[in-house]
Amino acid sequence: MRKRGRLVRRAAPEAAETDLAIQTHGLTKTYGDLVAVDKLNLAIRTGEVFGLLGPNGAGKTTTILMLLGLSEPTHGRASVAGFDPTRQPLEVKRRVGYLPDDVGFYGEMTGAENLRYTAALNGIERRAANDRIGLLLEQVGLADAAGRRVEQYSRGMRQRLGLADALVKDPSILILDEPTASIDPAGVAEVLALIQSLARDNGVTVLLSSHLLHQVHQVCDRVAIFNAGRILAQGRMSQLAAELAGDQLELEVGLDGPPDQVEAALRASPGVVDVKPDPHDPGLWLVTGPQSIRGHLAVDLAARGLGVRHMRRVGDELDEIYQRYFSRDEGDHGNAA
Amino acid sequence: MATPPDALVLAGDAPSLEPSDTPDRGTARLAPPRPPRLGWRVVAAKEFGDGILSIRLFILIALLGLAAVGAIYSTASFVGQNAELASGTSGLFVLLFSHQASGSQVPSFAALVGLLGPLLGIAFGFDAINGERSERTLPRLVSQPIHRDAVIIGKFAAGLEVIGLVLLAITLIVSGIAFLVLGISPSPDDLARLGAWFVVTLAYLGFWLAFAMLCSVVVRRSATSALAAIALWIVLTIFAALLVGIVASFVAPVPADATLDQQIANAQLQLDLARVSPGTLYSEAADYLLDPTVQTVGIVPIEQQTDQRAIPSILPLDQSLLLAWPQAVALLSLTVVCFGAGYVAFMRQEVRA
Repeated sequence: MRKRGRLVRRAAPEAAETDLAIQTHGLTKTYGDLVAVDKLNLAIRTGEVFGLLGPNGAGKTTTILMLLGLSEPTHGRASVAGFDPTRQPLEVKRRVGYLPDDVGFYGEMTGAENLRYTAALNGIERRAANDRIGLLLEQVGLADAAGRRVEQYSRGMRQRLGLADALVKDPSILILDEPTASIDPAGVAEVLALIQSLARDNGVTVLLSSHLLHQVHQVCDRVAIFNAGRILAQGRMSQLAAELAGDQLELEVGLDGPPDQVEAALRASPGVVDVKPDPHDPGLWLVTGPQSIRGHLAVDLAARGLGVRHMRRVGDELDEIYQRYFSRDEGDHGNAA
Repeated sequence: MATPPDALVLAGDAPSLEPSDTPDRGTARLAPPRPPRLGWRVVAAKEFGDGILSIRLFILIALLGLAAVGAIYSTASFVGQNAELASGTSGLFVLLFSHQASGSQVPSFAALVGLLGPLLGIAFGFDAINGERSERTLPRLVSQPIHRDAVIIGKFAAGLEVIGLVLLAITLIVSGIAFLVLGISPSPDDLARLGAWFVVTLAYLGFWLAFAMLCSVVVRRSATSALAAIALWIVLTIFAALLVGIVASFVAPVPADATLDQQIANAQLQLDLARVSPGTLYSEAADYLLDPTVQTVGIVPIEQQTDQRAIPSILPLDQSLLLAWPQAVALLSLTVVCFGAGYVAFMRQEVRA
């Protein structure tokens, strides 16, 4: 927390911060008593793919709307491509491509016509627009459907059209709200590959929001885990996993035998701090202790005549990292209250 | 590639919200395309295209066209009879648009436009904003480099264009019939009167367009907002006279042995109350403009307008314009107020529902 604050403050006064495509200082949005976004500090570097992860209702879309100047922050400020979205929304919107959550198109117009409208709104001259639109539709795999009315498109096709739409203005920053939410797994892989190649080949900065960590983590250079309007953690995935685990290790151990006997044996093993039965699965135990217990726990148990059927480190899986951040967050609230 | 340091410097000395309006600065910038200087025109062009090709347009043209032709045929007999008496008199041509033949069930063309015209405004406005919301296109639209008001201004402008085109088409058809069937040609005076009437009518239909758009901003569902707009239309056309009568008889009662003063007070109050309605304002203005024999729409003798006395005295154009002026201004301000309310409501709304 403190580290992040220092980084932002140091960068703020100088023009050298231009390697930051997006940054926010204490960005806050309240609706009456509800705090949708709470003193958000973000720093997204030019050319990186940044994931804003959190459950539905965490404030991701509100944040995005403030970055685009479509919603006014209650407090704090933001800088997008060097402009303040509240004061100079047009300058921001010229440079930022936006794919809204659950994107919609004019159903009675064809895919290409919809994109042509966007091009016209961006002041792109007609011939240049047609060339660019043809290219983009090819890139997202909709070249054959370009002349069909959008009302005949599937959801996945709409999503891909939305991506092409966001790219019509040749943005330097791309903001994608739940880009993978409504498409099938094969489509997700395609869209993510497309996003990644855009970032790599064209130097586009990408901010994407998602509630599905396991879908997007491969393409994100860095992520921020976001809940109830606040950032719980920010950094590379590996960093986050390590930060969360600390020195403590939690093991899921599968053992057969009478429960009291097993529990006693686990507690007796050196280094073990805590033992809990898995609430969902009677044969599984959750064992907490320092990193070192992993090395000798199985041997200790074998010496006591208990055969280890299964042993796994909890928190290795992304969704668990994600879940644990949220449970820890709730814990913090509990302590504060 | 964009050069952020430059962009920062430019941002620093940009005067306010509108840096893109200065042409020379725009050319100096390299990467992003210059957004349209008048974003509302782009919106209007798209909306106009949608409107012109829409099914609702064909329905309305058919409805209004049939009504107009019916009205003209019923009026034509009267005008035809008087054409010989009054040949060479200006104002005969416009009578075709404003005169209701005695004993005829069919109202005049101008009255029909007053009655059915609101449908045009409602049809092109009721789903202007909530349609974009339910199609989920609004966030995409407002994230383009246009000001947010470009959306509502563009839609209003496009709606007015489409309505104006329909009105022009129908007026031309009616004029054509008059010319061909009756052989009456318009004098310059007639054309000027028709032109003035066209402007007033557009203001009247603009009121209904603005009101329907206000509904589309405030009400989330298109069907509900259409219903709200139609409800006002029905109240004003059907029940207004009734309501005005009731209110007036409370405030200025007319007993059985009422004096002339009491009767006049009651009638005057009814008239004033009725003038709150855009329909009343429109029909009064249309009467002044299209019927040069009309010298007042006040409470004084209505018998003067019967056709026993062929064409009494004819007002010159400037006098008719002067008479219609207050009504025209009132109509225009109603339209502006309605559009302003919709505009403000839209600008204050969140993009997300």
